[in-house]
Amino acid sequence: MLEIENLNVIFGTGEHAIRAVNNASFFIKTGDSFGLVGESGSGKSTILTCVSGLNRIWSGQIRVNGKIQDYKRNRQFFSQVQIVFQDPYGSLHPRFTVDQTLKEPLIIHKMGDYNQRISRVLEEVGLGNQFRFRFPHQLSGGQRQRVAIARALILEPKLLLLDEPTSALDVSIQAEVLNLLKQVQYERNLTYLLVSHNLAVVSHMCNDIAVMNRGCIVEKLNKKQLQHEDLSHSYTKQLLTASKGFDRQIIDAFKDFDMDESESNLV
Amino acid sequence: MSYGVKQKYHAMQAWFLTDTPASAFQAKAGHVYTRLLVFKSNQLAILGLLIVVMLLVTALFAPLIAPYDPLATDLANRLQPLSSEHWFGTDEMGRDIFSRIIWGARLTLYVVGLVAIIAAPVGILVGTIAGYHGGWLDTVLMRITDIFLAFPKLILALAFVAALGPGIENAIIAISITSWPPYARIARAETITIRNSVFIDAIRVQGAGPLRIVIRHIMPLCLSSLIVRVTLDMAGIILTAAGLGFLGLGAQPPSPEWGAMTSSGRSYILDHWWLITMPGLAIFVVSLAFNLLGDGLREVLDPKGEN
Amino acid sequence: MTTQNADTPLLEVADLNITFPSPKGDTQALHHVSFSMGRQKLGIVGESGSGKSITGRAILKLLPSTAKIDAKKIVFNGIDIQNATEKEMRQVRGRQIAMVMQDPKYSLNPVMKVGDQIAEAFLTHTRASRKLARDATITMLKAVRIRNPERVYHLYPHEVSGGMGQRIMIAMMLIPKPKLLIADEPTSALDVTVQLQVMAILDDLVTDRGMGLIFISHDLNLVASFCDQVIIMYGGRIMEICEAKTLHNSTHPYTKGLINCLPDITQSIDFLPTLERDEVWLKD
Repeated sequence: MLEIENLNVIFGTGEHAIRAVNNASFFIKTGDSFGLVGESGSGKSTILTCVSGLNRIWSGQIRVNGKIQDYKRNRQFFSQVQIVFQDPYGSLHPRFTVDQTLKEPLIIHKMGDYNQRISRVLEEVGLGNQFRFRFPHQLSGGQRQRVAIARALILEPKLLLLDEPTSALDVSIQAEVLNLLKQVQYERNLTYLLVSHNLAVVSHMCNDIAVMNRGCIVEKLNKKQLQHEDLSHSYTKQLLTASKGFDRQIIDAFKDFDMDESESNLV
Repeated sequence: MSYGVKQKYHAMQAWFLTDTPASAFQAKAGHVYTRLLVFKSNQLAILGLLIVVMLLVTALFAPLIAPYDPLATDLANRLQPLSSEHWFGTDEMGRDIFSRIIWGARLTLYVVGLVAIIAAPVGILVGTIAGYHGGWLDTVLMRITDIFLAFPKLILALAFVAALGPGIENAIIAISITSWPPYARIARAETITIRNSVFIDAIRVQGAGPLRIVIRHIMPLCLSSLIVRVTLDMAGIILTAAGLGFLGLGAQPPSPEWGAMTSSGRSYILDHWWLITMPGLAIFVVSLAFNLLGDGLREVLDPKGEN
Repeated sequence: MTTQNADTPLLEVADLNITFPSPKGDTQALHHVSFSMGRQKLGIVGESGSGKSITGRAILKLLPSTAKIDAKKIVFNGIDIQNATEKEMRQVRGRQIAMVMQDPKYSLNPVMKVGDQIAEAFLTHTRASRKLARDATITMLKAVRIRNPERVYHLYPHEVSGGMGQRIMIAMMLIPKPKLLIADEPTSALDVTVQLQVMAILDDLVTDRGMGLIFISHDLNLVASFCDQVIIMYGGRIMEICEAKTLHNSTHPYTKGLINCLPDITQSIDFLPTLERDEVWLKD
C-alpha cells in the first residue's frame, strides 16, 4: 500500500541545515497497521507530512498503491489517503459546525448525497445527531477527535495517516478513540500509518513498528519481538525501559542519545 | 410581562442557547444570539448603535422629517438664529439648516456606505491573497499597498479628486482608493497567522485548492477584525468627506453635505455661529457614534474571546 | 516561629471546597478534599478537570480572586494558610513552598539570561551580594546536573532544550531552599527519557534536602513508580489515597478502571476496556 524508499528531508541551508529525515525506508502492506515511534525531533511526523503532501521538499521515492508520488498531490490522491491530526482543538475550523466540516470534503470531491453520508459517518464514529450542528467549542476533546476521524473517513480513503491521534486526550478517552480506530479499520479494511511517541499505544495498535531517532530508522520490528523484548538497537531498549516507569537504577544507566548538552541546541 | 409571554420568552431563549442545535440555521442563530447578549452589556456601544440607527432612519425618512425644502432659498430670512420655526436657524441663503442637516444625512450615509462597500472587499482580497500566497505576489501587493499608505489620506484623496474633477461620486472614489490599504494590511496579518493553523493543513489534505481555502476558510476569520476596523474608520471617512466638501471638492453646492456646510459657514462664525456649529456637531456626533459602535463590535467579534 | 516535631505532618488539608462563580451559576471545583503529608513524595493523579491542579494552587493561594475557598483546615508547617493575608502568603511562596509548572517555555522570562533569573530568585529571598548569588546559582546548576554551568548561565531560554529548561526551573525554584515543592505536570512536555532523568534529579534533591514533594500528573504509571503515596482524583473529589506500591492492586472502581484502559505492551488484546463512569463517584 505504501512504500517509502530513501526518504530524505533537510530543513534550512548551509551550516544551519538540519537533516530531519535521514534515508528512511519502509513499506506497509495493504490492510496492515504500521507504527512509527520516536521522541520529538526523531522525524516521524516529518515523514507523515511528506506522505500527505503537506511537505513538498524531500528526496527519495514515495509510492502509494503502486503509484509513484510527485511533490504535488491531486484530488484523486486525497480521496485515497487521509490524515487525522494530533490536536483536536486546532484541527477543526472554529467557525464551521460539524456538519459544515464534514460537508466540505464532499463538496470538493463532488460526492453528492451529503445528508446520508454525513449521518452515516457520524454514527460510525459514535456521535449522535445532536452533535451535527455544534461548533467545535461546544465539543469535548474526545468528541472533536471523533469529528476529525469522521472527516477523514467520509471520503472513503484506503490509507489513513494518524499523527499522535490520542496524545492530547485523557487516558480514558484515549481508550475509546483507539477502540474506534481499530473498529473502523476492521470494518473498512483500512491501512494505518500511526505515528506516536508512546510505545504502548503503538504496540497496541500496530503489528509492525519502526523506531526512529534523530531522523534515522534505527530498528524495525514487529509486535511479538517487542513483547518478548527481542530488540537489537540500544535506543529501542532504552525506549522500552523508559515506558515502564521510574526505576532509579536503570535511569542512571541511560545513555544520552540526544546531542551533547554542552553545545547549546535549538530544539 | 404576563406569564404566557414570559414562558414564550424563556422558550425562545432556550431555543437559541441550546447545546444541541437541530439544524444549521439554529446553530448560526444561536451563535448570533450569544454575541448579541455580549454586545447588550456594553452601554456605550448601544448608544453608538442607537445614533447610527437614528442616522439611518433620518436618511430614509428625510422627506417626511424635514420641515422645509433643503434647497429652497429665502433671502429675506437669511442668517436667522435658532427659533421655533427654524430649529437650527437659517444659513446665508435663507435655507433651513435643520432640514439641510436631515437631508445631508443621506449624503453622509451614501459616502460612508459606498466607501465601505468598495474599499473593504478590495482590501480583504489583496490582503488574503498576499498573505496566503506569499513570495513574489506578497511582495508586489504589499509594496503597492505601501505606496498608497505613504501618502496622507486627505492629500491623496485631494489629488484624485483634483484629477477626476469635483463631485460627490468622485470624492467617494477618491476616499475608497485611500481607504483600502489598512484593510489589506490587517487581512494579510491575520492570514499569515491563520495559514499555519492545523485546520488549514486539514483542508489542504482534503484537496481544497488555494482559492477555496482563501475565500471559504480564511476570509471568514478575517472578517471580525475587519468589521471592527471598518466601523472605526467610518468616523475618519466622514471627516475626510467633510474635509473634501470643506475644500469645495466633494459635494457641490447647493448640496446639503455637512462638510460643505461647515466650509461656507466659516465666514459667519463670529456673529452667526449656528451655520458652522450645527453641521459640525452633526459630524461629531455621528463620528463618535461609529467609534463607540466599533468598540462594542470589537468586544463581540474578537475571536480570541470566543472561548 | 512555630515548632514542628517529627510527628506533625508538613501539610494538612481538611475538607477543602472551592467554588467558582460563573454566569450559569456557581460551579464547585473541589469537594471535601482532605489529605496530609510529611516529608515524602506525594502524587496527585487525575484526568483533566479532576481538580488536581486547583488543589496544588489552593495550597499556595494562587487562585483567581473570585474563587471561594472554604476549608476546615489548610496548615503548612504550622502556618494557617487559609487565614493568611496576602502579605503573609508572599513570605510563604517561593521561600517555603515552591512551584514548578509544565512548560519552561512559558515560565521563564524570555529576555533574561537563565543564570540571572536563578540569581534573582536567590536574591528575592536572601539578603546577599550579587557575587554570592551568582556563586549560589552555579552551585545550583551543578546540583541539577548541568555539565557546563558557567556557560549555561549566560544562555537565554530559547537557546536551551526542554529538558534543560525544566532543570533550570527546578534550580530556580529550589535555590531559596523551600520545604515543599509542588510540581504540576513538570515532565509532561518532555520526551520520555528526558522525563525520567529530570525526575531522578528531583528525587535526589528532595531526598537530600528533606523536602516534601507534591507531584501532580495525569500519568498513573509514572506517579506510581516514582512517589511514595498517591491521591487519585476525579470530578473535584478524592477517589482514593493509597501507597504507591499498592496502586496497581487497588480495588476502587475508578482507579481500577483507569489502570485497565491503559494500553499494555505485554498484552495482545483487540479492544481496550473503557472506563464506565459511575455517577456514584460524584456523590458526596
